[in-house]
Amino acid sequence: MIILQITGAILVILGLVFFLGAAVGVVRFPDFYSRMHAAGKGDTLSTILMLLGIVCFLIADVPWAAVIHGDFSLLVEPILTSIKVLMIALLIMVTSPTSTHALMQAGYDSGIKPHLSEADDDSTPSDEETPTP
Amino acid sequence: MELFFKLAGMALFVLMLPIFYRLIAGPNAMDRILAVNVIGTKTTVLLVIIGMIFARVGMFVDFALAYALLNFIGSLAAARYYHQDRLRQERGAS
Repeated sequence: MIILQITGAILVILGLVFFLGAAVGVVRFPDFYSRMHAAGKGDTLSTILMLLGIVCFLIADVPWAAVIHGDFSLLVEPILTSIKVLMIALLIMVTSPTSTHALMQAGYDSGIKPHLSEADDDSTPSDEETPTP
Repeated sequence: MELFFKLAGMALFVLMLPIFYRLIAGPNAMDRILAVNVIGTKTTVLLVIIGMIFARVGMFVDFALAYALLNFIGSLAAARYYHQDRLRQERGAS
């Protein structure tokens, strides 16, 4: 079961790396739409990878020696928890692009201008017409 | 293994800090809503990691599920609010 633990550790670290990319993108990108691009993709992928890594750790924690000898009741609780974690991953896989799309459309309809060229770099257009309530 | 999850949770929290910067300094309201959405999604993962540290994942995973649902509903409600705000302004202007 050490292989499952190593796989889980690699998946969690890979998720952290993708979230580092998302965080750098959210801070450094010039306008709202490109920030949305970085946040939506990186956030979804890193969340799914980290939850899959946690599922690998949960399955590795099952006392497999007792299960092979016929004590299947030890198998119930870790499998149930793993299914719940996988359901969270599935939920985030559906809802995160949906909320990203809704926020993007709301931002477009509330008149945020994209940052089109490097020529007018001094005044970022999205800074000006802010319908800030 | 507990040390690994402590380190992973600490790294996740440290990586949330740039997004806190975007939440405070974001030029307009939609950037702030975006930052809240990202932080909420990552808090879901952080709750599961806290469950792994305490070896009580079966309890914490329910919190994480409820948090993910509330985060999704909150961000959809905010997006819908700003959408309708713009439409109301257009209708008032014309």
